[in-house]
Amino acid sequence: MLELHNEPLHVEAILAAWYTQMKDKNYGAFIPFVGIVRDEDGIEGLSFDIYEPILNSWFSAWQEKAKAQNAYLLMAHSRGDVPNHTSSYIAAVVSPKRKVALKMINDFVEDFKANAPIWKYDLVDGKRVYAKERSHLLSGSGLLKADV
Amino acid sequence: MAKVEFLGPISRPSIDVNISNLQELKTHFKDDQQLQEWLAICAVAVNDTLICSLDTPINPNDKISLLPPVCGG
Repeated sequence: MLELHNEPLHVEAILAAWYTQMKDKNYGAFIPFVGIVRDEDGIEGLSFDIYEPILNSWFSAWQEKAKAQNAYLLMAHSRGDVPNHTSSYIAAVVSPKRKVALKMINDFVEDFKANAPIWKYDLVDGKRVYAKERSHLLSGSGLLKADV
Repeated sequence: MAKVEFLGPISRPSIDVNISNLQELKTHFKDDQQLQEWLAICAVAVNDTLICSLDTPINPNDKISLLPPVCGG
């Protein structure tokens, strides 16, 4: 399940809803990860753009991997501005046994950081500044660059 | 005409181009110095699938997307 929300996530409500949906499905482990925007380098918060078609296909591929291990993935992400000390990202894995879910949440979040088509900006003086130095090149980057 | 969209921080409006493969799009952009800085770090998707070959054929109704480096979460 993939949810996209405008601005900060209502973390308590999302986690409560997920728990309610999953608790009678006979999964023995529910492992959530919640990102919280930190106050650092003078930023007021973060902001995000999302390209939904490729995010959806990326997530569906991961859901198939989870299914193959009898697990299930849940993810919520923000669009737009997310102030410091609020949240833009929740990922969770449910599985019959905890070891599968603990490994998968780590692998999933790592691949999310590297490949999910989401662009992050720092909010500085009310303006968005692309977080280029913290961003990751996607596969095939530079294909259209002119030859020198 | 195929459509080219510039995603995320590139902040350019989409354009239509008359090309038959990605090599022709590379040639189309070669003199756009401002865009070259982005092209050096952008991945390319055709109809929402990432592409690694300039030989990829392009049809008139195709959508080509340029994706700068990503950082969710």
